[in-house]
Amino acid sequence: MEHMTNIIELKHITKTYEDGFSAVSDFNLEVKKGEFITFLGPSGCGKTTTLRMIAGFDIPTEGEILLNGKPITELPPNERPINTVFQRYALFPHMNIYENIAFGLRQKKTPENVIMKKVRKVLELVDLEGFEKRSIDTLSGGQQQRVAIARAVVNEPQILLLDEPLGALDLKMRKEMQLELKEMHRELGITFIYVTHDQEEALTMSDKIVVMAEGKMQQIGTPEDIYNEPINAFVADFIGDSNIFNGIMTGKLKARFCGGEFACVDDVEEGTHITAVVRPEDVILTAPGQGQIRGIVSSVIFKGMHYEITVESGKNEIVAQSVHSAKVGDRVGVHVDPDNIHIMIAEDHTNIFPAEINKNNELEYNGTVLDVALTSIVKGSRQTEDGTLLDVNGSEIDTRKLRIKISIKPQDIELTDEQEEGLVQGYISNLIYKGDHYSYVIHTDLEQDFVVDDEYLWNMEDQVGLLMPVEKMIFSVKK
Amino acid sequence: MMKKAWKSIVIILVLLFLYLPILVLAVYSFTDATNIGAIRGFSLHNYVTLFTTPELVRMILGTVVLALAAALLATILGTLGAIGAFYSKKGMSSAITTMNQVPVVNADVVTGFSICILLVVVFGIGKDTFIPLIVGHVTLCAPFVFLSVIPKLKQMDSSIYEAALDLGATPLTALVKIVIPQIFPGIVSGFALAVTLSLDDYFVATYTKPATFDTISTYVVNATKGAQTTIKTALWALSTVIFLLVVLFTIVMNLRAKRAGRERGQV
Repeated sequence: MEHMTNIIELKHITKTYEDGFSAVSDFNLEVKKGEFITFLGPSGCGKTTTLRMIAGFDIPTEGEILLNGKPITELPPNERPINTVFQRYALFPHMNIYENIAFGLRQKKTPENVIMKKVRKVLELVDLEGFEKRSIDTLSGGQQQRVAIARAVVNEPQILLLDEPLGALDLKMRKEMQLELKEMHRELGITFIYVTHDQEEALTMSDKIVVMAEGKMQQIGTPEDIYNEPINAFVADFIGDSNIFNGIMTGKLKARFCGGEFACVDDVEEGTHITAVVRPEDVILTAPGQGQIRGIVSSVIFKGMHYEITVESGKNEIVAQSVHSAKVGDRVGVHVDPDNIHIMIAEDHTNIFPAEINKNNELEYNGTVLDVALTSIVKGSRQTEDGTLLDVNGSEIDTRKLRIKISIKPQDIELTDEQEEGLVQGYISNLIYKGDHYSYVIHTDLEQDFVVDDEYLWNMEDQVGLLMPVEKMIFSVKK
Repeated sequence: MMKKAWKSIVIILVLLFLYLPILVLAVYSFTDATNIGAIRGFSLHNYVTLFTTPELVRMILGTVVLALAAALLATILGTLGAIGAFYSKKGMSSAITTMNQVPVVNADVVTGFSICILLVVVFGIGKDTFIPLIVGHVTLCAPFVFLSVIPKLKQMDSSIYEAALDLGATPLTALVKIVIPQIFPGIVSGFALAVTLSLDDYFVATYTKPATFDTISTYVVNATKGAQTTIKTALWALSTVIFLLVVLFTIVMNLRAKRAGRERGQV
């Protein structure tokens, strides 16, 4: 029964700083005893702040933290049975390894012979037997990390917090330590709360992953859940490589996105706007004509285990992973099995589509030059007189490798009968009345679907032009 | 070749310019001359006078005790101030740092005079209590201690304080056992700086010292005005002793720094 109890609960935790910035807002979490739970998110998502509130270094502005059912929200860190492994180890440089590890035990007035035994045991656990007398600065990064872990676990905390503990290690060492930490978790039976921005690390180690963005929990679940059933586009994009498309349900278990119609297994009502996620490893390249869509290979990158092949289909781009190479310019078919398509109901209908860069380093879409400077899109860049784009350090940016995405909200697009005035043309393939406006789906001549909100009634199959003001567009650089 | 010779000549000239005055004094301190100019013979009588005249011995000991006491107080205050400023919020921290700059740049005359006015005239604390003098010297030294401790705090990994709390230490234990050892070199050099500043001071002492007490500086200024030649020539000996002590101190400090550097270099 013990495994069913919550060791720590976070209830409606909010942390707002004096300048009004909310690092964490309305965060709720229950952690079961003995679990290995990981907070995963990009930097600045609030994961470290949450960890610091559990440790006691930061006090939440709102909400409550319960440890074994008792509130500890404002308990100082030294009175919590919780220990932390810090990002940059935070070892005491003026003490040798023995004294570093013994520090916590000394605070509890542990007898010296007990300290000696415990230190020896924990040094065995982290594979540093006989290192007692060594000074900190004679150790490698990996060894320092082991001492930091030993210093925390020797106190037998109820919860061990790990703040990106492997961030400073090289790849090989990191992989090794991941397995060791996992093993240590099994051996000690302590609850681990782990913070990382590395999705692979999170997937490898955790029982449960909490994906965070902008101070909010996006999704919580087992690594398999998070990977296979991401709840929204952010999670899908953050966990693993993904092809993400806006689309629409065109029938029972049928969806259209990326310029093709696909059978799928998620039963979503016809006409619903969706976001479809396809993992690159699930994209199968076939002979042209055999897949659901066809396209031309635009780039092939060798990644060791596989080739990363980008296929352009109309104005859409789809990334595939394959053990077989392909040649740039090859005509291929693209096939995706129904159960490899993950359909999410789109909560936000923002239209996202790629822009092109022409020879003069101007931004273009559908043959029209957009009135926006590249330098205002690529942070810190500047343009020389002959149009060459330079980055912050003054070195040239290869604009052929630059991928720029445009996003525009449905309410910022206007429909017009004067088709040639529109940035792009298409026909209305779907319409839903939303109370005070109609939500249209326009299937363009470039095989893309745009969601447009308009208060006037148009008819299905109407040919229209889409007016998209440049000042309403948001540009982002995709790496 | 010529270039090299020129370089050496310039260096020798500069060094002479720096050290010749004190060397002349040192040479004369070992003679029985009463005035600079006429050397008659080797004699240690200046040194005998220096260490046997009760007035001189009292004055030297008094100065040293004052310097150590003021430096100790200034070190405690300056260190606590630096730690406080370092862990304060950003705006507060820079306000404290800026306020600390003012006494550093301010003329000693102004510091001494204003402390005299405040303590003696406004608060009516007698100069005989030594309180104005001590307060004056602490005020003089503490900002410099602050300045020598702050860089050490900035070099320190700031998460080690949190690590200590995390391991169960109270804030006081974390400060004493973890933070202080990290910034100790800064505290020591702050203390050394405070001692030299107090020894050096003339202006603050003149305004705040009891009438019957003299520091080396105030004594020397008065003595050189007077006509007592034995005392005057004994002060040559005192200058030489102070100079040698400073040279010794500097050499020891440099050797220690070198050794510390080598130890770090071996790793």
